Amino acid sequence: MLKNIAAVCLLAFAVTPALAQGEKPEKVLKIISSLPRTGSANAQTTTMVNGIQLAIDEVNGKVGDYTIVYEDMDDASPQRGNWDPAVEAQNANKAARDESVIAYIGTFNSGASKISMPVLNKAGLLMISPAATYPGLTKPGKGEANEPKIYRPTGKINFFRVVPADDLQGFVAAEWAKDMGVKKVYILDDRELYGKGIANVFENHAKEIGIEVLGREGIDPKASNFKSLATKIKAAAPDMVYFGGTTQNSAGQIAKDLHTANATPKFMVPDGCFEKAFIEAAGADNVNGSAYITFGGLPAEKLTGRGAEFRAAYKKKYNLKENEEPEGYAVYGYEACKVLLDAIPKAKTKDRAGILQAVSETKNYNGALGIWSFDENGDTTNTTMSGNTVKNGEFEFVKVLGK
Amino acid sequence: MNPATHGSICETLVAMIVSQAVVSESVAPVAMGWGDVLSQQLITGVSNGMIIALIAIGYTMVYGIIELINFAHGDLCTLGSFLALTLVGALGMEAWAGLGGTAAVITLLISAAVFCGALNWTIDRVAYRPLRGKPKLALLVSAIGCSFILVNIALFWGGLPMEVFGGGNQAAAPKDFPSLISNENLLGAKSAITVTWRDLFVVIVTVPLMIGLTWLVKSTRLGKAMRAVAQNPTAAALMGIDVNRVIGSTFLIGGALGGFASVIYALYNNTISFQMGYRTGMDAFTAAVLGGIGSLPGAVVGGIVIGLVRALSDGYIEARWTNSVVFGILILTLVFRPSGILGAKLREKV
Repeated sequence: MLKNIAAVCLLAFAVTPALAQGEKPEKVLKIISSLPRTGSANAQTTTMVNGIQLAIDEVNGKVGDYTIVYEDMDDASPQRGNWDPAVEAQNANKAARDESVIAYIGTFNSGASKISMPVLNKAGLLMISPAATYPGLTKPGKGEANEPKIYRPTGKINFFRVVPADDLQGFVAAEWAKDMGVKKVYILDDRELYGKGIANVFENHAKEIGIEVLGREGIDPKASNFKSLATKIKAAAPDMVYFGGTTQNSAGQIAKDLHTANATPKFMVPDGCFEKAFIEAAGADNVNGSAYITFGGLPAEKLTGRGAEFRAAYKKKYNLKENEEPEGYAVYGYEACKVLLDAIPKAKTKDRAGILQAVSETKNYNGALGIWSFDENGDTTNTTMSGNTVKNGEFEFVKVLGK
Repeated sequence: MNPATHGSICETLVAMIVSQAVVSESVAPVAMGWGDVLSQQLITGVSNGMIIALIAIGYTMVYGIIELINFAHGDLCTLGSFLALTLVGALGMEAWAGLGGTAAVITLLISAAVFCGALNWTIDRVAYRPLRGKPKLALLVSAIGCSFILVNIALFWGGLPMEVFGGGNQAAAPKDFPSLISNENLLGAKSAITVTWRDLFVVIVTVPLMIGLTWLVKSTRLGKAMRAVAQNPTAAALMGIDVNRVIGSTFLIGGALGGFASVIYALYNNTISFQMGYRTGMDAFTAAVLGGIGSLPGAVVGGIVIGLVRALSDGYIEARWTNSVVFGILILTLVFRPSGILGAKLREKV
């Protein structure tokens, strides 16, 4: 009996190296993106994924002798119709465990970044977000007292973003409101990290520049209508209502109910609503000329230089018609991937640590978003913002907003 | 009355009802006093409440007759709304003007009612009838299963490649439901209080339905059979009542009422989504329990109470607390009156 067991063990030991020989690891670098692909954010995230794919195709899927493999992961669940903390945590863990993954492009929602950042930080995995704009993710002093330390358990920075943060967006939104002659504002938020954060920034700056804040409320995103809230706002008679939140958290329904109650002449929202799904959810008539949207960048048709080249390449590759444009965030998906692909050749070692180091040293990068660098917090030095409105069911660029 | 003026008055009324215009010029908002705000909140509360009441009746009827909380009912109403939107798109109802608009609304109401009634009857036949006489828990789990199936059907339905559904690539996004009923303020554009045709529409449809249902339950043979089965199914069977047929009819009627509610909901809120069944179902079930589960007037009272509480809480406290307030009131009511506001005192069966 013992002899048989010994024989089997010897056989196993003999065979294993032979098996291992056959699996010599290919030189593969894997990029994962974690974006809400289910739910109404799908239209935005599809253009972002298209942008990432375009960046990879422009280098023909290879950097040096490494093949780039890309996986598009979904961090939303059908039950929520929106990003899901459990799914995001699952994606982050999967990426951290897979040795061939060298970068994580995500997330779209700031609340999701909050969940995956610590996990990826411990794994030393590079994370580039094309859209998470909550300031506390990178900037000390702009969020809660212990942010962003809690997102960086190892103390090293692994989170970068190519989009300007909300401390800028909320600031310029308040300035824009003042420019438009708004004296009294009613502020709402969707009680999530991103929405509440930007509403706070807006409120603080609005008070600083002399706009009276008539009220500040958190809404219930699952409510069937907001008619009672609209009545309350109508009674307060503000010049504008500011809603910090995303389309998925009922921005459209609020716009609809405010308009049918004739509660206020202006409705301003941040970049979480800068998507066609917002106009569709609200109904084009209800936001025509009365909705104002800030965006951490320029709409696609206003991009210049490399940005215009991106737009042309995107329209060609994805067969867009003459008057169709990629959604606002497409260029951010593209830029996040492009800055990564351009940094890989500069990395001393083609592993997580080397690539992370190379990306963090990005300075004066000439990309689709202009010439920009990553600063010491992982933020972009780019501060271009735009103010847009809605006319006849389409977004219309109004002006560049700046500090 | 002079026939000529009668005709033109009718036409004007009809035109007002069905004009699709949302008030498009932004009139400067009129100042509202505290009395105006209160009245407005009450109007909103009652309108919302009546929709909840109509759905609550579905829950209470089914509970009364087989002691099952039909969790799938809220999601059934979701499917009714989706059917309505499909018809709007397929038949191009947005373009129907004048009398055509009234015809559109009536078509939607009837189709959704028939569809939901039939679907509810089918669910009973397939998922609940085989479990008659089995432990109640099995029935409850079956209901929850049906709820999940219906939600996912709605999710797929939202992906239909029709323009009304946003082109078909946004299955999970909420859908804008076209305004087939005018939003014009009946009290004049200068009035501080807004009462629109939509608020009236809710009342015009729900009140006759409730009166009709009460008549059905009190004065017809089917109603008597339903009450008998609710009281004691075995005795009812001994009296020659086909218990399964009566239960099936109950589901049919409850479902039809849910269908009416789904169209009213869609026309009142102008938005439908595959998840709306969760919230409306929760509200309606709470209303049914609050009013006394098994009691029809109780469901109506419960629905209106919930609608009013939501409106007043949103208006005077803050939307964040509304859910806590609603369920707090539910708990308080059940602590002091365990069978609900209008519920019959339960006798312990020894």
